[in-house]
Amino acid sequence: MDKKGDVDEAYFQVVELRGFEKFCEGRPVEEMPNITTRICGVCPWNHHLASAKAADAVYNVDPPEAAKKIRELGYCAFFIHDHSTHFYALGGPDFIVGPGATPAERNVAGVLKKVGAEAGRTVLKALRYAHEIEEIVGGRAIHPVFAVPGGVSKPLSESDCGRIQEMAKFLLDYSKFTADIFEETVLKNKRHFDLVTDDTYRLKTFYMGMVDDDGKMNLYDGHLRVVDPEGARFAQFDPSEYLKHLSEHVESWTYLKFPYLKNVGWKGLVDGKNSGVYRVGPLARFNVADEITTPLAQAAYEKMFKILRKPAHETLAYHWARVIETLYASERLLELVQDPDVRNSKVRTVPTATPKEGIGAVEAPRGTLIHHYKTDREGILQSVNLIVATTHNHAGICISVKKAAQGLIRKGKVDDEILNMVEMAFRAYDPCLACATHTIPGRMPLEIDIHNPEKKLIKRMRRF
Amino acid sequence: MSQTKLKLAIGLGATCSGCDMAIIDLAEKLIDLFNAADVVYWPTASDQKLEELQRLPEGSVDLCFYHGSIVNEENREIAQLLRRKAKIMIAFGACACHGGVPGLANLTTTKELFTTVYKETLSTDNPEFKQPLPETAVGEYSLHLPGKFDTVQCLHDCVHVDYFLPGCPPEVPLVDKAIEAILTGKLPQKGATLAPDRILCDECPRKREEKKISKIYRILNTIPDQERCLLDQGIICLGPATRMGCGSKCINVNMPCRGCMGPTSKALDQGAKMIASLGSVLGLQGEEQMNEEQVKALIDEIKDPVGIFYMFTLPSSILNRKSIKK
Repeated sequence: MDKKGDVDEAYFQVVELRGFEKFCEGRPVEEMPNITTRICGVCPWNHHLASAKAADAVYNVDPPEAAKKIRELGYCAFFIHDHSTHFYALGGPDFIVGPGATPAERNVAGVLKKVGAEAGRTVLKALRYAHEIEEIVGGRAIHPVFAVPGGVSKPLSESDCGRIQEMAKFLLDYSKFTADIFEETVLKNKRHFDLVTDDTYRLKTFYMGMVDDDGKMNLYDGHLRVVDPEGARFAQFDPSEYLKHLSEHVESWTYLKFPYLKNVGWKGLVDGKNSGVYRVGPLARFNVADEITTPLAQAAYEKMFKILRKPAHETLAYHWARVIETLYASERLLELVQDPDVRNSKVRTVPTATPKEGIGAVEAPRGTLIHHYKTDREGILQSVNLIVATTHNHAGICISVKKAAQGLIRKGKVDDEILNMVEMAFRAYDPCLACATHTIPGRMPLEIDIHNPEKKLIKRMRRF
Repeated sequence: MSQTKLKLAIGLGATCSGCDMAIIDLAEKLIDLFNAADVVYWPTASDQKLEELQRLPEGSVDLCFYHGSIVNEENREIAQLLRRKAKIMIAFGACACHGGVPGLANLTTTKELFTTVYKETLSTDNPEFKQPLPETAVGEYSLHLPGKFDTVQCLHDCVHVDYFLPGCPPEVPLVDKAIEAILTGKLPQKGATLAPDRILCDECPRKREEKKISKIYRILNTIPDQERCLLDQGIICLGPATRMGCGSKCINVNMPCRGCMGPTSKALDQGAKMIASLGSVLGLQGEEQMNEEQVKALIDEIKDPVGIFYMFTLPSSILNRKSIKK
């Protein structure tokens, strides 16, 4: 802080590294979908699938239609699971219970109390169902094992599909119910809605996300599209060309790198059109896409952009987009399980080509995830590069934290509510540091040290 | 009322947090657990601060689950703190029990790792090779980063561990059973692993003929029969070297075991056990007539034996790590 007690600088540090890029060298490429899930136990599915897609590409093998759809089906269940965990346990409490509630109330238990016991049971049931679908498809829900180069290891049986369909119907109802809760607690609550649109939480950056051939949002496959802070299309490319568009900057005060748009350049931790900082994740996907393929989610998407201008720069609107994506994932899940293709027993194409190099990308719940492998002639990894969702958002998170700290901490006054409102600036990104450092716990090891102008530590607040 | 409740801490080191998710996945049973125990520390899901844990008297926490491995000073300090506070300390999951997948970092060094991550990775733009430093001056401030150990350690390398609950992550029925044993005071002798002490093959539903295998297949190149033993089909499956208790979930989707439960108490080293098991089934017709080169070619069909046989247990194995040239 400076002499007036206002915030001078704020740093968001990531304090651990495990180094998957190095120790995956020497491993057979078909083991990678099961090794890289261990980057993150909160979002193992995106690593599993990005890895399998990179391995498909290493062998230049196109999996059968059934395999692609089974992968996407399991992925939809995972998305519902992951987004719901965030909404009810991590980010949601800020709105459902309120940003000023005590830490003892501002948690999942507080949310369940607020929404009522019956609603709480619905949420638990939805999580259990999503988990069961993940297990039917992936073998295991946490750290699935089913995706292999060229497809999946096991087809779905008729009875599998019957069971999944039954649960998918419930999940769709549940997603509508969650959207209603969001409507009630955020959109219809003036104080909360004003917070969403407050300048403290606004950041004008580029955005990146995946779209299909028609420019509609896709989570499993497609092109990467980048729009500028005005919403104009800046680039669209196949994920295999990511190196032409993205670079990563290194700072010595954090283990996490800072990706930026190569063709704009790294200008430091600043937003705006001249800075290569871009953001990914639910809000970014909404900003880049033209529309969403499923009807309920599309209606909600249109409504959102009637209220917020497109592109939306309101960081807290990440929560809104997340709720609508849950609706999309539920609609898409039901669509896929009713598709005759997922019942087809041909779920693998055994690779025959000589392996070489491959890039696989998916949209993880938190944004674009890229796995890039180079192998020898036997498919043994020679080099590995990973850019995970939270890493793309690293610069955005740093700027958001600084901006919120500067906007909220004035004249040296810091209390729990203000601290929580600073935390809300990064919680909106749902940052997953287990992933980002390929390293740290999936917790938010936030420690805020506040120094006076004489650099003396005057207050330390920790969340761990 | 709350005085009779157990005090529970869930601590963590370098982890993917899949173990936290496994605890959350207890779902309705989690509510039972919370009825019986007060959570005094759980950084992933609860707001208590480390300072609050520090203030508790030594030995006042009834039970601590610890997941993740130890890769830096901060991990070690927190593990030691939890050990002092807890009456019973349980290594929870593969990383705490055996080192886990990130334990494969023991095949490299921190220096090599930094060079790859901060210099050689294809998207990194860092010609000056700037690297994370313990202290960085930014303007007039100094920012601190904890250093990183060269060797990934298991929990028992740092502190005394009372029980081991393996798996990546531990499966719900095992967690459930462990909790029940704790609540009813029916824990086995200290030092035990809270899972059956038999190999996975003993619970595997597949038909096993214990055939001699003459060719090794990678899962990459073959679509295995869903009924027959994978090893019989020439696919490296770690079942014979791995403790049972996971419910054969990988096998059920036609994928081989990679050993996340670690070895049984009868095997000192999972990889060595696997090599011994393979030794007894690998057999070629006319093996006796083969020259050394031909034998070597057969063995070379096993790609990356260290990575496959020690995918989850390198730090706790007799190999431990690649030697570091001084």
